[in-house]
Amino acid sequence: MARKLEHWILLLAAGLTLLAGLFLTFKMYAAGQPLLATVCLATLGLATYIYSTGRAYAFRYLFPGLLAVVVFVLFPLAYTFTIGFTNYSSKNLLSPERAKQYFLDETYVVDGESYAFTLHSDGAAYRIRLENENGDVFVTDALALKQATPLSVPAHRLEAAEAPLSEPADTKTLIQNLKVLKLVSVTLPSGLVASASGLREFAPVRKLYQPLANGELKNQQDGSIIKPNFETGFYETAAGEPLQPGFKVGIGWANFKRIFTDSSFSEPFLRIFGWTVVFAGLTVLFAFSVGIVLAVLMSWEALRFRKLYSIFLFLPYAVPAFISILVFKGLFSENAGEINLILQSLFGIKPNWFTDPFLAKVMILIVNTWLGFPYMMLLSMGLIKAIPADLYEASAIAGAGPFTNFFKITLPLIVKPITPLLIAAFAFNFNNFVLIALLTNGRPDFLDTAVPAGTTDLLVSYTYRIAFQDSGQDFGLAAAISTVVFLMVAFLSIINLRLTKVNQTETR
Amino acid sequence: MAVVLDKSHRWRVVAAHLGLICFIALIMFPFLMILLISLRPGNFSTGDLIPSQISLEHWKLVLGIPYQAADGRLVEPEFPVLLWLWNSIKVAALSGLIGLLLSTTCAYAFARMRFAFKAQLINSLMLVQMFPTVLALVAIYAIFDQIGGYVPWLGLDTHGGLILAYTGGIALHIWTIKGYFDTIPVEIEEAAKVDGATPFQAFRYVLLPMAVPILMVVFLLAFIQGVNEYPIASVLLKQQDQLTIAVGIKMFLYEQKYFWGDFAAAAILSGLPISIVFLLAQRWMTSGLTAGGVKG
Repeated sequence: MARKLEHWILLLAAGLTLLAGLFLTFKMYAAGQPLLATVCLATLGLATYIYSTGRAYAFRYLFPGLLAVVVFVLFPLAYTFTIGFTNYSSKNLLSPERAKQYFLDETYVVDGESYAFTLHSDGAAYRIRLENENGDVFVTDALALKQATPLSVPAHRLEAAEAPLSEPADTKTLIQNLKVLKLVSVTLPSGLVASASGLREFAPVRKLYQPLANGELKNQQDGSIIKPNFETGFYETAAGEPLQPGFKVGIGWANFKRIFTDSSFSEPFLRIFGWTVVFAGLTVLFAFSVGIVLAVLMSWEALRFRKLYSIFLFLPYAVPAFISILVFKGLFSENAGEINLILQSLFGIKPNWFTDPFLAKVMILIVNTWLGFPYMMLLSMGLIKAIPADLYEASAIAGAGPFTNFFKITLPLIVKPITPLLIAAFAFNFNNFVLIALLTNGRPDFLDTAVPAGTTDLLVSYTYRIAFQDSGQDFGLAAAISTVVFLMVAFLSIINLRLTKVNQTETR
Repeated sequence: MAVVLDKSHRWRVVAAHLGLICFIALIMFPFLMILLISLRPGNFSTGDLIPSQISLEHWKLVLGIPYQAADGRLVEPEFPVLLWLWNSIKVAALSGLIGLLLSTTCAYAFARMRFAFKAQLINSLMLVQMFPTVLALVAIYAIFDQIGGYVPWLGLDTHGGLILAYTGGIALHIWTIKGYFDTIPVEIEEAAKVDGATPFQAFRYVLLPMAVPILMVVFLLAFIQGVNEYPIASVLLKQQDQLTIAVGIKMFLYEQKYFWGDFAAAAILSGLPISIVFLLAQRWMTSGLTAGGVKG
């Protein structure tokens, strides 16, 4: 019985999900996104197929998970590539249709005419009364004025036979309803459309632009014509002056050209690339050196309290990185930090950890070594365990010291299996965004570059700055840099897979 | 072990102990400092490292309790730390649960079923996982901008959107759970199938109860991953009340508004539980992975 109930509940849930999906698809279609709606519909169709026939049984289990990976991992990657070929930025944010609509919605106030405006309550609703200089009076029907949505209502000439309006509403009521009133446009019998131009005044407004058949827009006020330029993504005046807002268009390889040939971009890009490689390489080197020495000590059976030591040594790894990085940021702080306090009292020095480029890099490496060595220690300990003990016995009989043991037995035996893991660590640190974003945010900046770029910026944090911080939110350029970094990471991953495979076949 | 011991051996042990103790003291320095700073009155270092008087003002602020300053002012909490912590826990727990659900079913299919392109599929899953999400931030932002247009509670600046964004990172979980399923003999489920169970029933009533330890571990790892995630949350969340602790806590350390003492208290408050969960997960990871399906 319970099983049966479960079955029905599942069926109901599936039905509801399908309905919700169809509703969403419809909403997308209604919003003018036929492509998106088609993809959505295809996904729903695939889901229905998978869950209704027995032929794709395995995919019933795979579908939700794979869908999540495709939508939130694979698709963003592919989308990033395509954004790299557009001028998507805070200046060119809208689609061409929405940019056109923006211009078509622009209005201007016709000079010389205005209407004195009063608001009169009519039960719970309100009527708008307009009077021009000649004494002509127009009123609308009763309006609720509850929702702030654009509203177009007709007004008729007030006839003497009509019931008189109530007393005009006071200023307080006007101000309370102003937000709604601003969106009301009143069509007068003459065909003019008037809307609120002040608290007590309505003025006729006209659409500023009229669409022409060839896609150009005609300015009604001064008769000039603006036309869309699909090369630059702006509507331009006859003189070629771009008008805001721009729209998103494909610009081919221009972003990539900017990275590699425009010297104001390529120069900081190369410097940042160099530091990124140095940073990732040194981090792995330092963390691994510290880690393996500790691992050897922790595997030394003559040493007591090893368990206790290893718990302490493991602690930096257990604390969330976002907390320890910020703790270090505060401790290293130049004026208020405890590290400079100690250095000052011991040696009388006060290093500028955040304003001197070299010291900032030293600080980053210290912090990242602190963060990274426990992981290396853990890896090395596991690998040292696998080294047969009789090797060390033999070397002890031969009279070898601990250094000989380390360099002639431990290290050579560990290097091979750990190389792929070191490459993975390199790739991870190559993109260690959190460390830079929280510790220095890329600062101190280069003083001699056209675009803001930091001496401690990694390629990813540089990308993030271009996309979401200073220099005008240039998503297109950021996506192009992402693509380049992505290719580098892919290259590293392929090398890594090769090495892992070689290792596996050798151990077999 | 029959290792020959010489005279220098004892000295080496002593040197190792000394070296380790010094090193651990160095490693622990930040933790110790942050504890002292959280108990020191005021937000600036006053010249002595060990506070001459203990003050709970930072802890009060972090827990959302206003206190009276020395000059009689009422000091109100600047940031809703507890709310941020709750946001983090909520987002991480829900995304962990959803991720667990998705990855368990996928792992079952990969471990027990035969279908076309199985090997290629799981390999490409692993490959996709290698690429850092930071690189796709622009696209993720644009996607959730779009989604928000249709389903407001899944758009930018919502926890629903953030949870959804985290559900994509399940490839590693699939791999872990599949590895565990592989250690459980198929015969147990086959016996159930002989008794008339459908594949789903074999999965739900036979395999899953045996896999509880690994599911716990994966959930905890996903939970920690969710709490620690910074880049996506920093792009998707904007309003102060919506932030997770990873994004919010850095607000204490802006150059113009520098609350070093309050930060210290907030860091301990949020760091301690997460660290404990992590250490537990590590423990269970080793015991959970070694305990297979065949017992006794």
